[in-house]
Amino acid sequence: MARTAPGGDAVTAPALAEQLGPRATRQVRIVSAVCLVVLVGGAVLAVRRLSERGQFDPVLWEPLTRVAVLRFLLGGLVNTLLAGVLGIGLALTWGMLLALGRLSRRRAVRWLVGGYVEVFRSIPLVLLIAFCALGLPIYGIGLGPLGALVVGLGAYNGAVLAEIFRAGVLSLDRGQSEAAAALGLGYWSALFRVVLPQALRRMVPAITSQLVTLMKDTSLGTVAAYEELLRRGRIAGESGYNLLQALFVVAVVYVAMNFTLSRLAARFDRGRSPVNDPEVQAALSAAGGLQRSRRPPQGRRS
Amino acid sequence: MRVLVDNLGAYVGGLGTTAALTVLSFALAMAVGVVIAGFRVSPVVPLRFVGALYVETIRNTPLLVLLFLFVFGLTKLGVLYGYFTSAVLVLGGYTGALVAETVRSGINTVEPGQAEAGRALGLTFPEVLLRLVLPQALRRVVAPLGGLFVALIKNSALASFVSVVDLNSVAEAVTNRTGRPLQAFGIAGVAYVLLAVPSGLGVGWLERRLAVTR
Repeated sequence: MARTAPGGDAVTAPALAEQLGPRATRQVRIVSAVCLVVLVGGAVLAVRRLSERGQFDPVLWEPLTRVAVLRFLLGGLVNTLLAGVLGIGLALTWGMLLALGRLSRRRAVRWLVGGYVEVFRSIPLVLLIAFCALGLPIYGIGLGPLGALVVGLGAYNGAVLAEIFRAGVLSLDRGQSEAAAALGLGYWSALFRVVLPQALRRMVPAITSQLVTLMKDTSLGTVAAYEELLRRGRIAGESGYNLLQALFVVAVVYVAMNFTLSRLAARFDRGRSPVNDPEVQAALSAAGGLQRSRRPPQGRRS
Repeated sequence: MRVLVDNLGAYVGGLGTTAALTVLSFALAMAVGVVIAGFRVSPVVPLRFVGALYVETIRNTPLLVLLFLFVFGLTKLGVLYGYFTSAVLVLGGYTGALVAETVRSGINTVEPGQAEAGRALGLTFPEVLLRLVLPQALRRVVAPLGGLFVALIKNSALASFVSVVDLNSVAEAVTNRTGRPLQAFGIAGVAYVLLAVPSGLGVGWLERRLAVTR
């Protein structure tokens, strides 16, 4: 997975990489200079527009440095992380159970679980969270804001992760489970001791990218009136009359959080990039492709 | 059943809005994505920087934060669009970043010999990219692009946060009116599935049609 630092040395596509001759070098320099002028000009215009509208007025930024406001926002970040961690725990557990169900030897179980996975993957997460938050209490099931968010995240991401887990298992060479059977391992011990450890390792990039998506989706907790970072940012911005500034700060925090997470995941996964593996590719596309994948799988060579 | 019959008009309207949101934003996303992918593979460093900055920022920010920044934030700068237009612009811009990464990964799979042949024929960089590499790259990433389309159907539900009356907001409104959330949300869920399943089938068909057999 070719990942590049923002603005860092992007790996130019191999198809287009070339040693530039003297004339092409000159042309590229001229085009670069022109682009630079246009970009800097655009940035200057944007900043001027912002300052004309008084958006850099210290009055608008000062509230965001007050201890009480910072505490309030930090509490929001803690709530976001809490919902994220609980959601990840639930989604991984539920996803594993569903994947086992989809790989079950009983047809009824496979069909039932397959139906769940297909349906929950195709409906929007907001709809689920809204149902948990607004709908379930009418039936006497009050989950509370955090509960509604976590259950929604778990129900949806469990279905998505189940497909990833299943694709990992299907991508594994049949010989592995045959060898396990030949050694006298039963179905379950072959699955848990031979197949799953290898399958999961292959799927680490897909799993982590889905989990980063889950962290971003905690911002949907606002439907359930859960006071995560975004909701608290809006509250702070509306009460301080500096919504643009408050939302900007919130966005910066999200970018920092998710960028760190994906960096950590990439580091954790360094040296392996099974998503390029043609077998994994085939299994993924058989499983209907990765939905909402942050890092789209590399295109296949045909 | 009564819930459906009584609110059929609202649901059909919501379905239409969701479909329109998805199709329009996807068209925008494809345009944005191809341009940004072109930036990221070009030899011009400032353009590469802009491309990378765009992709990394957009895909690390929750869609809802982008939507609020655009709708509530930019009004302070005197940039005013209708809610529907704003939703299309934000959904398209967001998905555009994902499309850009997908297209770039497709470009990376095109054999270097192709571009070399183009250069040997005297084509310039834009010509090599637009007429040689992109047509081959795009048909190799039909499946992941289709996945993004289906994801966009679901993401379009966030438009209900900025007063666009799509399927999701119809479900909430019907819940409030009838007090039957299971039916109200269930119908909306079925409607989303009805949009997603044919899209998935269509993508599969397109993939088979465009596949190059070697």
